[in-house]
Amino acid sequence: MAYALQQLINGITLGMIYGLIAVGYTMVYGIIGMINFAHGDVFMVGAFLSLISLLGLGALGITWVPLALSITLLFAAAIAALYGWTIERVAYRPLRGSFRLAPLISAIGMSITLQNFVQVSQGARVKPMPALLPGGLTIWDAEGFAVQLSWMQIAIVVTTLSVLAIFTWLVTKTPLGRSMRACEQDLKMAGLLGIDTDQTISLTFVIGAALAAVAGLMFLLYYGVIDFYIGFIAGIKAFTAAVLGGIGSLPGAVLGGLLIGLIEVFWSAYFSVEYKDVAAFSILAVALIFLPTGILGRADVEKV
Amino acid sequence: MSKRSDPGPQAAPQAGDQQPGVLGRLAGGFRDAGLSALVAAGLFVPMVGLVTNMGPDGLRLRFRIGGALVVVALVFVGRLVMLSWRARPRSEAVRDNRALAERLKRAGRYIAPALLVSAALLPFTDSRYYVDLGTLVLTYVMLGWGLNIVVGLAGLLDLGYVAFYAVGAYSYALIAQTFGLGFWVCLPLAGLLAACWGVMLGFPVLRLRGDYLAIVTLAFGEIIRVVITNWVSLTNGPNGITDIPRPTLFGLTFSMEGGPGTFAGFFGIEPTTTQRVIFLYYVIFGLALLTNWVTLRLRRLPQGRAWEALREDEVACRSLGINVTTTKLTAFATGALFGGFAGAFFATRQAFISPESFTFIESATVLAIVVLGGLGSQLGVALAALIMVGGLELLRGLLSWLGDQMHNPVFLGIASELPLYRMLIFGLALVVMMVLRPRGLVSGRTPSVSLGEPHEIAAELVAQGRGA
Repeated sequence: MAYALQQLINGITLGMIYGLIAVGYTMVYGIIGMINFAHGDVFMVGAFLSLISLLGLGALGITWVPLALSITLLFAAAIAALYGWTIERVAYRPLRGSFRLAPLISAIGMSITLQNFVQVSQGARVKPMPALLPGGLTIWDAEGFAVQLSWMQIAIVVTTLSVLAIFTWLVTKTPLGRSMRACEQDLKMAGLLGIDTDQTISLTFVIGAALAAVAGLMFLLYYGVIDFYIGFIAGIKAFTAAVLGGIGSLPGAVLGGLLIGLIEVFWSAYFSVEYKDVAAFSILAVALIFLPTGILGRADVEKV
Repeated sequence: MSKRSDPGPQAAPQAGDQQPGVLGRLAGGFRDAGLSALVAAGLFVPMVGLVTNMGPDGLRLRFRIGGALVVVALVFVGRLVMLSWRARPRSEAVRDNRALAERLKRAGRYIAPALLVSAALLPFTDSRYYVDLGTLVLTYVMLGWGLNIVVGLAGLLDLGYVAFYAVGAYSYALIAQTFGLGFWVCLPLAGLLAACWGVMLGFPVLRLRGDYLAIVTLAFGEIIRVVITNWVSLTNGPNGITDIPRPTLFGLTFSMEGGPGTFAGFFGIEPTTTQRVIFLYYVIFGLALLTNWVTLRLRRLPQGRAWEALREDEVACRSLGINVTTTKLTAFATGALFGGFAGAFFATRQAFISPESFTFIESATVLAIVVLGGLGSQLGVALAALIMVGGLELLRGLLSWLGDQMHNPVFLGIASELPLYRMLIFGLALVVMMVLRPRGLVSGRTPSVSLGEPHEIAAELVAQGRGA
């Protein structure tokens, strides 16, 4: 029981990270109907930016953890947002209205580019980082198994929830959010009604990339080790989360992320660690076959 | 950056009075390039200018501002060049393109036979390096043609093609080692096993829409790799399988002893290592030609026509009574079959396989070859494989040759560093090619069946891979 509770805590933490990435996938798919294959790699770039920022702040002598984390969060989100903007601008916008495979191939190219760019510029070896916030709370001690809630997990969940709250406010209450939702419903009509669709799409990528960078920082804090390849697997899992929750639905993305995180952690705990990725990918296939619209998604009507 | 709407090719430039002067345009260009450089500085100063290095007491930062500045300067210059290229008079550019297309079309008639002849004659250059490179290119040509059946003909986007390549390679290695069978017996078996996997994987997922199908096939490719890596008792896990038997020519082996029963001993010549290399080259050459021939024949069969019809419009297909599931499955299985053949060849050529050879990058490379080749065009796929796989290698060779000739250390330096940047260049090339030529190199299509004289149709009119 205590063991299961511990796994639940771990699963929720991991699921928060997946949820943050999944939001980026689902927003872009909702608006322009493409799978932004490079999104997972933007997440990876975000993790590296966070690492660089934390190291830089450490060298400058800023070691008070909340301050260092806030600066890092803003820095990584800002630069990753610039990456998102540039990627959309360079690789996707010229292909809008082209045949359907073209943006996907371009996105795959962008993903390979980002991975190898980081590999070349930062080195191929894994980057370990000492824990910023060691220790935690022991919330339950039963039968010799202590359920730990680490400070890091609390920080991750709190940060994620506040970022998601800001994001929800942005989408539901601001003019920008309104134009994003309008573009999602009907891009052409939104353009006819005077919404600057190009700018809205750009901003969608910017916001998605910033959220992915936050996820990157959380990943770095949680695992303490990153390399240039983390974006690929995390990206597919986050995409699975987006599909599972119903692609195009923002709460669905977070819900799907939580589910994927929980499934992965419980699978690793009770079955085998080696096959945890297989479990996640199989869920993707099963979800698409039996639940193609996801949990919170709308069924789309096929018109002839 | 301000919004810049690119005028389409039909939007001819207005009369001079609305155009800003040369100086104004120059200033605008510099401003634009400056902004690009500013963005580039934001992108590259943190990632290139600061390096995380492993020190004795953990990670620490090292400065490399020079490198970042070089990249930013490159972006500035690149943007200027791009702007001036775009600013050339439009009508001239259009005429250029048309003339080029016309010339390419006429040349196309000669390119295919020329390629075939030079491929057949390549081993006579007697250079081990070129034969090895040719074998690699031909492997990708074969994979490209195999995937072309799935993506180009049937319009099903498959991002996990490497799974079948892996199944073929491992089937051959395991069957040959366990039962002691030779290459030519195992080759069809490996192909059939891969085709079975194609059917097994295809059956549940073929109801999915295009993009979803892509992601699920990608997931399957990864699952196969993870299983191969972790099923140590069968596949020896990440260490891979060694000592895979080499192929024989009618029972003649290519060992270096040169006794009876070896190729050299039978023909009474000196045994050399190049004999096997050349033999392998002709094996893959034959396999690739087989793939091409089967594809071309299949396109004339009802099944092949059903594939193409499916690509164009699934709903129409269904209402005309074509069994969509079977059609998709046969396309998947046929593609997988050739992937399996190529995998078996890969295993026998390397004599060593490990899961590392079957990553997503391979799938992406093959898909890129198919798309760059212009989906469905056999010649295009061959050209694309030549450019994608051989191009960088040739560039490296050219640079080092130039460096040797001119005693220029700069060329030599770039040539020696190229492999490091191989995948980076590959990724960028994918993006650039998609942006410049989203329809691939050979973007026209002659219909397989037509009333009277067949006419070339523009690729823009061919619906691609909606796959529904």
